Amino acid sequence: MILAATPISASWYLGLSALLFTVGAVGLLVRRNPLVMFMCVELMLNAVNLTFVTFARELDDVGGQVVVFFVLVVAAAEVVIGLGIIVGILRRRPGATADDLSLLKG
Amino acid sequence: MTLGLLAQAGDGVAPIDTPGVAWSALSPILVLIGGAIVLLVVGALAPRRSRIGWHAMLTVAVAGGTIAAVVPLWDRVHDDGPYSAVASAVGVDGFSLFVTVVIAVAVAIAALLTDGYLRREGLEGPEPYVLMLLSAAGAVMMASANDLIVMFLGLEIMSIAVYVLAGLHLRRRRSGEAAVKYFVLGSFSSAFFLYGVALVYGATGSTNLVRIARFLAANTLADQGLLIAGFALLLVGFGFKVAAVPFHSWTPDVYQGSPSPIVAFMASGVKAGGFAGLLRVFVATFGTYRLDWQPVVYGIAVLSLVVGAVLAVVQTDVKRMLAYSSINHAGFILIGVQAATDEGVTAALFYLAAYTFMVAGAFGVVTVVGRRGDGHHHLDDYQGLARRQPLLALVFAIFLLAQAGVPLTSGFLAKFYVVEAAIEARSFWLALVAMVSAVVSAFLYLRIVLVMYAGAGDGADTDPAAGRPRLAVPAAAAIALVVAVAATIGIGLVPDPLTRTARDATPELVAASD
Repeated sequence: MILAATPISASWYLGLSALLFTVGAVGLLVRRNPLVMFMCVELMLNAVNLTFVTFARELDDVGGQVVVFFVLVVAAAEVVIGLGIIVGILRRRPGATADDLSLLKG
Repeated sequence: MTLGLLAQAGDGVAPIDTPGVAWSALSPILVLIGGAIVLLVVGALAPRRSRIGWHAMLTVAVAGGTIAAVVPLWDRVHDDGPYSAVASAVGVDGFSLFVTVVIAVAVAIAALLTDGYLRREGLEGPEPYVLMLLSAAGAVMMASANDLIVMFLGLEIMSIAVYVLAGLHLRRRRSGEAAVKYFVLGSFSSAFFLYGVALVYGATGSTNLVRIARFLAANTLADQGLLIAGFALLLVGFGFKVAAVPFHSWTPDVYQGSPSPIVAFMASGVKAGGFAGLLRVFVATFGTYRLDWQPVVYGIAVLSLVVGAVLAVVQTDVKRMLAYSSINHAGFILIGVQAATDEGVTAALFYLAAYTFMVAGAFGVVTVVGRRGDGHHHLDDYQGLARRQPLLALVFAIFLLAQAGVPLTSGFLAKFYVVEAAIEARSFWLALVAMVSAVVSAFLYLRIVLVMYAGAGDGADTDPAAGRPRLAVPAAAAIALVVAVAATIGIGLVPDPLTRTARDATPELVAASD
């Protein structure tokens, strides 16, 4: 009932994207599987996309929506490179987690 | 028929206004990207292994072409003032051109070092050079971006290519590990940067730096929370790229694990791109809000200076030492950023130019000393280097002393100018911290020099050089080292030309006239 009575304003979307961004950031820090960490980065980027779209609607400016396409392309490029690097590691050491990557320290 | 359909569809819709593209303004970037594509295509057709390192030669030629493309633009900016192109998305001013040249020089030196490295490791092929050129194009784009989105694209082009370069040495586990660490933390920071862009866009209504600067100068925001949060997130993004504390954690690992000539490029070219973006966004665009961001940059600078210097001293791996020292240097350049004055920008640019030669040269020596496998980077590997190869040791000593800020080298003047800028901006404590950290880090550089010259620093009587093969210095690497030494000492003796050029190179935001 309360939900139905509250109008969904822009700040809800901003809050949601901030929440998604935080989930992604925290996930990247706490998860140990390189693929899941990588998915968290994608989640962060898409959370930002939501912010851009919300602001674009608020400001009535198409620029913010155009940005989303750029971000999508960048995210795709990152996927290509990131999967390549991660597969390169996993092929040599199947099931490696972030904790196994500990040759470099000091 | 298709044409007819298109014409019909086009009838009711107003044509979209597309901005004119001033190709001349983009020529440095075009030369870099075009060179990379040519190199990739020709490299695919020609045999991969050849006795002459023409991949490296072509890369150096492309870097030279970039500098040649800058010259007419520099003249034009000098005569008619800075301008911007492509609907104000790309700015051409002294600042962007200066940084472009610095990045091109970094590419040339790194390419010369890479040639010998690839032969030694049996990894020949054009790909490293192609990626280096693409990464440089991204860095140049960051330096000349007049729009936060263009800057984000530049940042990503620069970074994504370098992620791959870090993992270049496929057979070495350390290289792969460095690539994963760099990639995960780098894309993490890019996401923060992008969120910062989004918040600034929300607060100011534009991603264009010119319009943002105008908006901030003309309006007082009732609620600054969004804008300040945007500043903070942008600063996190830049902090990662320039390796400033507390966003430095990737630096030692990545520098240690990545191929040494690639590190030479990371520490010079990538850092120059990061700082160029930082100066452009914060000093030039958010200048009116400097009281809000200056204290934070102040804190980051202090932390970078102290942590970089202190942690460098306790390392025993030379690459890690140099990694921490690069964090210390980032602190010095941040002093120039923090001043947020023209003097500060000039000092930061001078520092970047001088540092490019010092650090690229230092990692050049590290590349040579690393031997086959690129694994001999312990301090012990440098023992008695002066006796075995006096010239190489002398060159390394010059780079290290220059980084320590010994007079008559470029490093001294670089440090002098940033500290001077800090004092003029009345940041006395920061200047004091900088000088103390310079003393602490001087200890580190002298430690390496002592190990090289005194040989057995721990009292061993036996000749440490015994049984070690002579290090082969490839011709290309020798050229790179000679150039870097000549520049380091030359700038130290005759700093005037560089100082004057850096003074002409302040960032200015100009809207496109079209």
